[in-house]
This record gives sequence, structure tokens and C-alpha cells, in this order.
Amino acid sequence: MKKFVSAMLAATMALSLAACGSTADTSSEASESTSTAASTDSTAAESGATGEAASGTPIKLGGIGPITGATAVYGTAVKNGEELAVNEINAAAGYTVFDWKFEDDEGDAEKALNAYNTLKDWDMQVLVGPVTSTPSLSVGAETVNDNMFMLTPSASAEDVANCGDNVFQMCFTDPNQGKVSADYIADNALGTKIGVIYDSSDAYSTGIYDAFTTEAEAKGLEIVTAEAFNSDNKSDLSTQLAKCSDAGADLVFLPIYYTEASQILVAANKSGYEPTFFGCDGMDGILAVEGFDTSLAENLMMLCPFSAYGEDETTKTFVSAYEEAYGSTPNQFAADAYDCVYAIYQCVQAGKINGDMSASEICDALKTEFTTMSFGGTTGENQTWDASGMISKAPKVYVIKNGAYELAA
Amino acid sequence: MQFLSYLINGISLGSVYALIALGYTMVYGIAKMLNFAHGDVIMIGSYVIFFAFGSFGLNPILSIVLSMVVCTILGVTLERVAYRPLREAPSLAVLITAIGVSYLLQQVAQLLWTSSPKSFQSVVGLAPISLFNGELTISGETIVTIVACVVIMVGLIWFVNHTPAGHAMLAVSEDRGAAQLMGVNVNATISLTFAIGSALAAVAGALLCSSYPTLQPTTGAMPGIKAFVAAVFGGIGSIPGAFLGGILLGIIENLSKAYISTQLSDAIVFLVLIIVLLVKPTGLLGKKVNVKV
Repeated sequence: MKKFVSAMLAATMALSLAACGSTADTSSEASESTSTAASTDSTAAESGATGEAASGTPIKLGGIGPITGATAVYGTAVKNGEELAVNEINAAAGYTVFDWKFEDDEGDAEKALNAYNTLKDWDMQVLVGPVTSTPSLSVGAETVNDNMFMLTPSASAEDVANCGDNVFQMCFTDPNQGKVSADYIADNALGTKIGVIYDSSDAYSTGIYDAFTTEAEAKGLEIVTAEAFNSDNKSDLSTQLAKCSDAGADLVFLPIYYTEASQILVAANKSGYEPTFFGCDGMDGILAVEGFDTSLAENLMMLCPFSAYGEDETTKTFVSAYEEAYGSTPNQFAADAYDCVYAIYQCVQAGKINGDMSASEICDALKTEFTTMSFGGTTGENQTWDASGMISKAPKVYVIKNGAYELAA
Repeated sequence: MQFLSYLINGISLGSVYALIALGYTMVYGIAKMLNFAHGDVIMIGSYVIFFAFGSFGLNPILSIVLSMVVCTILGVTLERVAYRPLREAPSLAVLITAIGVSYLLQQVAQLLWTSSPKSFQSVVGLAPISLFNGELTISGETIVTIVACVVIMVGLIWFVNHTPAGHAMLAVSEDRGAAQLMGVNVNATISLTFAIGSALAAVAGALLCSSYPTLQPTTGAMPGIKAFVAAVFGGIGSIPGAFLGGILLGIIENLSKAYISTQLSDAIVFLVLIIVLLVKPTGLLGKKVNVKV
């Protein structure tokens, strides 16, 4: 038994050493001044203080997101997207523009606060995160007190941007998604009788649902039934689906995450109910669920600002670099995160911020800059932010065909 | 027809609760402890099936048998390591330990298999049955779950009443000290109870995830608690009580979802529970029927 334990410990150590090794590799690729992972922080700070006159002090960029937990698909994508952008920028600039560190929050509000404090201890100057709405609300409130600039790639609740004037979003807000979905369904006559299944315990889901209901009424769409589930009672969703079916819904709107959506698709297949399913950006990731029969998602429609199958140059470059680095196709969360880092880099290039400024000075500079600039990236051209921190960009609707996203006509 | 369809869905959900509740009630009746880790043993069992059947393409029956073996070993080990040393300790200590074990299993599963959800492929090959010109469809999973639940309940009742090991269980349940004096091996009997309870957990896991396919490390937690409620509802310690409680809970939950509100279904379920316990504090079949295991 003891031998087994010590063997396990040895294996763990070997693994963690290997992990350190790979971190060291990437950071040394990005910058010559960082030699080992253990001393990354101190060397980076020293190199900033001591020399490389042309380069300047790196800006410390912190990221927060769920690397483990139920929403790990999003967090991992965001982490990869940020890392890719930071590495690209550092390599292209020839010096360390961004020092970057990412902390796990497991999608939990309290753990996100711990992660935020860890990053503050590391002297973070700009926060790119958190990934999901509930942690973003708790961290957002803290950043207001600290006057720390916060740009979330994907937390789409309206309240996140309303935390303070230092909090900005790269993705649509929930109400915006609900409104645009209703408009799209009405304009393209996708359905006449609409059923909705949403998660009443989740801010994201209820936010979209409320806005969708309001806009659907204005557009003359008939919502025949709206059914809810909650985080404690979601193992059986077949009743909600049966109620949509009984109400004669020909389109079921699903403003929910892909985990429950995949369950609804399986249940619909079992009961032989075949309406049009329409989801929002939380649906992105459904094709990556292990063991899920992706043919069930055929013809599923979703509102999503990014597709890896886009034809423009920015998207193509990003997708191929991402695939090479991580061996998987990026989803919109990776794209949002990638854009976040580039949006901040745009301000660096404009000479508005640098690593010698304090977090609070950077925050003030970025507030002015973000509300006046226009940014083009993988998730859209000419994106602008209003004073509250909400973004304006053109929505895109995709439909799943043959296991891949296709732009809906 | 709609009503019938909701009712059948409810019975299906209820049978899953009942299967899990049988495990709770067996252990409670004999070891006099609430094994809160039961729901998580179910989750582990489901993962075993997910990999054996879904990833390695093993025969579904063999996968379930494999999962039963793994769960049995897990359950007996847990009893040996975590619960047996506390046999003479106050019941609160055992309860807290069980909650600890529950979290331990969840975290270990998260480390081993990450928490990203997996879509469980149904182990039931039965085609759905269509009745009344297709107006009513009963899925294969529903039929198998209901049948399995009834068969297991009848089997358990027969086992405790007609086999020496079963009699030993009844004796331990009546009075542990006296049973020991009469030559019953109490530790072995309790281990056997855990073995049976955990093997049932594997079956419950297979059927739970076949009907409701999302598999995550927390999958067992909520159904586990609901099943515990079902066991209390029916009278904890009673085998037919667990069955009745599970089925009723499923039906009430589903009918309140269908006809009152999907949002309030949990509140209604627990309200009914409170009323029943106020009127009959021992649960529906608590004292009346003396099949106390």
C-alpha cells in the first residue's frame, strides 16, 4: 500500500514537472527573458525594470474561467483563445507585450472571487474574464471597487455590464440575444406556434427568455407554452417537451446550455417529436459532448456570433492557428477570448496604455478608449461599445448540417 | 390520452426513484444508517457502463454485470473503511461520514473523468411501443425500468423472508446485540446488505442514465436525495414502502409539472411529503407492514 502511494506521488510529481516544462517552453517561445516556469513572474518583472528599452514593461493580463466543472468546455476554449492571442502578439511584437496568467473558477461565484484575488496578488493590470455570467457578477462587483478593467469574453447577462463603467463585454447581452432570436424567427417565418423551455434558476436563460417573450409579442409570434426546469430538477426534461408537443408548438426555443439541450434532443428523438429547435450561443459546444449522437442535432438552429467555417481572412487565420496549437476546432468562446486580447492590444498599439501604468490608470485609459474605438476581429467587424460596456455587433444564425455549422440563409 | 402519457412518464421516473430508494431503505433497515453516498455509487456505476458499453462496445448485459461487480466492491469497501469503524459511534457521526464519502466520490469522479457532461447511450434495446394509433408512445426504457423495479422488489422480499441470510438480516434489523448473541455474524450481514444495495445502485444507474442521458459527476446527487425522500415517504426500512414511495413521488412530480407548473413541481412534491409525515410520521407503510428489513 505504501509503495503504491509513493509510486502515485512520484508519478504526480513527474507529471507536474512535465507540465512545468511545457509552460516554460511556451513562455520562452514568446519571450527570451523568461527562462523557467517557476521564476516567470520575477524574471518578467525584472526584465521590465532593467532593460529592453524598445519593449517596455509587459502588461499583466489575468484570465478567469471554468477549466473544470460543468461549463469546462467554455473555460477551456477561453483559456486557449487567450493564450493563442497572447503568444501571437508577443511573437509578432518581438517582446513580451502581455504577461498572462489564467485561474480556474469551476463556474462558481465564490471560486471566481478567490481566483480574482490570486490574480491581484500577482499584480494583474487587466482582467479578461470570467467566462460565465454568475461568476462575472461577483467578480465584476469587486473590480468596480478596485477600478480594475474587466473585459469578459462571454458573460452575457445584462447585469454584468451594469456592474460598473469599468466592465465591458465581448459577447451579446442576453436580452439582445432574445430580441434578435425573436426577430429572426418572425422575419423568416420559422414557426407560428412557439414553445420555450428554459432554466428558471439561471440568469442567462431567464434573461434571454424575458426579452424573447417581449419581442415575440411585438412581432406577433404566438408563444403557446413556456416551460421551466431548474438546476436541482433537470434529470427529466421529457415532460416539458411533451407539453410543448401537446400545445402544438412547431418551433421550440431553447435559451439554455448545451448539456440540457442535448438531453432534450435525445428525449425528442425518443418520443418522435420533430419541431424546429432554435438556441442561442449556449448551444455552442453541443457537437463536442462525448457520447452524444450528433445526428440528433441535425437542423438545429442557433444564434452565434462566430463560426469556425467562416470565409473571411481573420477567421481562417485564427482557426488554423488554433487547430494547430490545440488540435480541436475553436468555438465562439475561444474566438471571443481571442478578440478580447486583440482589442486590448489595439489600445496598446495606439499608445494609450503600457505596463508601467497602475491597474487603475490603465482602467481609466481603457474606459475612454473602448467607448470611442471600433474593433474588428473574428466575431465581427466594426464592433463598438456603449458607455455601459455593452457591445454592438451583427448577429449570425447558424444551422447544423452534416455535423457542422452552416450559415443559415 | 395526454393524462395517460404523463402518468406513464411519472411511473417511469418513479420506478427509478424506487430502485434507488430500495438501496437506501435496505441499508437503513439493517445498518440503521443513512448512506448518503448511495447516489454517488450510482454515478460511479453509470460511468462504468458508459465506458464499458459506450466506449468499448461491450454487450449491454455484460456492462451492467461489470458495473454491478464494481459497485459491489466499492460499496463493501466503503462500508469496511468508512462505516464499520464507526459502528458504535453516535449516528450523527456516521451520517456526516456518509456525506463526506458522497463528496469524495464526486470529486474523484471529477478528477478521473472531468466534469464535462457525457451523453449516455441507452442500454435498453427495446423499441418503443405505440398504442392507440400512435397517440401514446411508451419508450423501451420505461417498460424495462418498471419491470426491473417490480422484479427486484419481489426478489428482495422473497430473499429476506425465505433465505438464511435474509433471516439474519431481519434479526440484525430487530436487535443487533441479540442477533449477535444468537450466533448471527453481524458484520458479515451488514456487508452483505451493502453489497446488495450497491449492486442495485448499478442497475439503478443503468436505468436512470438510459432514460435521462446526461452523465456528470453530480448526476447521482439529486436523484439520490429524491429517492431518500421517497424512502421516507413510503416508510424508511420497508421494502414495499420504498417502492410505493418512489412511484408516488414520480407520479406527483410529473403530474404537477404537467398540470400545475414546471417551476413549482419540487415545491409541490415536498409539500405532499410534509403533509404525509404530519399525518403518518412513520411514512405510508412505516409500521403497518412488518417487512422491516
